[in-house]
Amino acid sequence: MKDNQKGMTLIVKTATRILFGLIFVYGIFIVLDGHHAPGGGFAGGLIIALSFIQLLLAFGRESVLEQLYIKRSLFLSAIGIIVFLISMSLVLLGSGFTARLIPLCDIAVALMVSAGIFAIFLALISSSELKGEK
Amino acid sequence: MELHIILLFMIFGAIVAVEIKDLISSVIALSAVGLGLSLAFLILKAPNLAITQLVVEILCVIILIRGTINKDLPLVRDGRWLFNTIATFLFIACFLVFAYFALKELPNFGEPLMRVSQGYIAEGLAKSGAINLVTAITLNFRGYDALAEAAVLFAGVIGVLAVTRKTGKSHER
Repeated sequence: MKDNQKGMTLIVKTATRILFGLIFVYGIFIVLDGHHAPGGGFAGGLIIALSFIQLLLAFGRESVLEQLYIKRSLFLSAIGIIVFLISMSLVLLGSGFTARLIPLCDIAVALMVSAGIFAIFLALISSSELKGEK
Repeated sequence: MELHIILLFMIFGAIVAVEIKDLISSVIALSAVGLGLSLAFLILKAPNLAITQLVVEILCVIILIRGTINKDLPLVRDGRWLFNTIATFLFIACFLVFAYFALKELPNFGEPLMRVSQGYIAEGLAKSGAINLVTAITLNFRGYDALAEAAVLFAGVIGVLAVTRKTGKSHER
């Protein structure tokens, strides 16, 4: 098992393997349930980002290609905010209050928040790794 | 009128932030621009957005950059105790005076102003169709506020990524 050398101990890895899916699905549930229960885009997006951060912390940062993931996260974040902008301008063109757009806005905000927080985390990790090399 | 003064202040701060050599000073100048933007949002009647702008752009960016780049600031403490003490007491006095006038304007405890909130509670469900009133307010009544908050957060993400990037910084030191 060469994976045992990286990241945290086997106990943490096994627990993460079980918990990751649950936390991820719970984040999606919080996002999609935002218009008739407490929750919403910001909180759900943070939960999704934190599930990925837990995966990254448990299995070690050598297991991901950081620069590639930073670019992809920034791309997803940009897509989220553009979708939010388009849906809000649809509200402006329409009656001003459209209930059908609330889930779309929630999903867009969640995409933007989760991808942005994950990109910040990756950037901080990779910059501290850079300092360690010097 | 206040808006023009704040805009001039922001332009000056942005020029300083671009032209100055030291990274920490540049970040401080950028936060001055962010403070001006926050005041401008406050004047343009978007208080949620002003708070988000203040927290994200000023506090988070400074703390993140200060936490990642651990080049210590050259703190000069010797021979300046008179100036430091006078400045500290001046700021405390300023804060107390403004707090005295601001706290007198607040409504009494337990008697909130319900001018706008009453409308939200009365016709929130009928107009927005969301059972969760908080979502109805943040994404319908204050939708553009939420949009600009997300934009501020996205700008913060791009700023952090630009400061901690690898390419283009290799020739430093």
